Amino acid sequence: MNDAEIRQLACTLLADIAPDTDPASLAGDIDIREGLDIDSIDFLNFVIALSKSSGRSIPEADYAKLFTLDGIVAYFR
Amino acid sequence: MPSLGADMESGKLAQWLVKPGSKVRKGDVIAVVETHKGAFEIDVFIEGVVSELCAKEGEELPVGALLARIAAAGEELAAPARTAEPPQAPPQAPPPALPPAAPPSPPAATPPAERAAKAPAGPIPAPAKAPPALAGGRKKVSPAARRRAEELGIDPETLEGTGIDGSVTLANVELAGAGGGRHRTPAAEPAELKRRTGFDPDQMRQAIAAAMSRSKREIPHYYLGSTIDMARALGFLESYNKERPPEARLLPAVMLLKATALALRDMPQFNGFWEDGRFRKADGIHIGWAIALRGGGLIAPAIRHVDDRSLADLMEALRDLVGRARGGGIRGSEMMEPTFTVTSMGDRGAESVYGVIYPPQVAILGFGRAVERPWVVDGQIVARPLVTASLAADHRASDGHGGSLFLAAVDRYLQEPETL
Repeated sequence: MNDAEIRQLACTLLADIAPDTDPASLAGDIDIREGLDIDSIDFLNFVIALSKSSGRSIPEADYAKLFTLDGIVAYFR
Repeated sequence: MPSLGADMESGKLAQWLVKPGSKVRKGDVIAVVETHKGAFEIDVFIEGVVSELCAKEGEELPVGALLARIAAAGEELAAPARTAEPPQAPPQAPPPALPPAAPPSPPAATPPAERAAKAPAGPIPAPAKAPPALAGGRKKVSPAARRRAEELGIDPETLEGTGIDGSVTLANVELAGAGGGRHRTPAAEPAELKRRTGFDPDQMRQAIAAAMSRSKREIPHYYLGSTIDMARALGFLESYNKERPPEARLLPAVMLLKATALALRDMPQFNGFWEDGRFRKADGIHIGWAIALRGGGLIAPAIRHVDDRSLADLMEALRDLVGRARGGGIRGSEMMEPTFTVTSMGDRGAESVYGVIYPPQVAILGFGRAVERPWVVDGQIVARPLVTASLAADHRASDGHGGSLFLAAVDRYLQEPETL
């Protein structure tokens, strides 16, 4: 996946979790938990979806790297 | 017509999901009922065959009215359909305690035309109609869905929405774009498979107002708070989660939930209802978990028999419940069952919360966000993750001494996470 594809995947998964928002309009350095108002259960569901669609295991210690769209892109680059 | 809330007098039979002749089993959802809190799935707790649908779709009926007859397995005569309301269940319902942990986000970019298209004000609006727009109105489409639909050259208003309030979500658009098409082709799926679910924020606000006003009018609350050292519990979680894939990991919320249930087993005077001037102990420990809804409001559907279930099992139940609460699809029985309520602020909320009891329950336990603070352990000041647990209880049913013992029991269980 290239950067744009990773970003689009993340936005699609986030929009399923927070359907009343538009994740694609979020700045890359904004904390998605604040920006989209998602809680720990939502975030866990996001990590599960991200892990399944990327085929990559995401250790809990890496969660903090996934708090922004820029961080997510860098993580899967 | 089951009672889905202390303040519910009537409900509208929105949709039948079965026909005369349909076989039903315990737990099957047979209908969708709309109340001022939103749409709920009605499940049955007997096995048999539907012999007659007495209520018509769209009909408004008082609580207790006959909806359908079901011939129980092995029975000749049709019995009135008993919905999953336990025989003596107190009228109970969702909005438990407090303002939601998460402030409602305004429905961004909702043009005035869409607002105008909302169901007309009335006692029982139809909050979640997925079908085509009302005359002259427009369908709700989420901002992300609208943007993507534009990119794909799809008219989002022709799609079937499965989001909150029946709104069209990004997922609906992606599906349609991929050719899978959930375009509304009426013949595509049998009518009984379609579901209308969701919550109307304005009506939800009214329901919370009614229940919380009644609570503060009738219940003499007393409040107790304790600070709980979460180092052991969180340490246990960290090592538990390390070896597991994301879908098998636990959140601190399940430890709080399970510890609460075990403390309730020790102190049953907090698990039940104040009815007719006296306390009635509940049969099982079914904890209402307060869930903030996107768009505002909250509900607290039950997680059943919490004290008997494993942490992994409870985590799955919690994730499922939160997903369904946010997207619609909470069953009527889940709204009626809570015997106690827990409200947890999660990882981004306030440090403490003083709950408002959901009548006729007699107590609510609140957990604040875990914060790292100086704490004294064996005479040394160390940094520890701390959670403030706050009990609000009905002084008619219990006293501060019992409440203190209850909080101490919750603390004790959280210090032995491997036993949860």
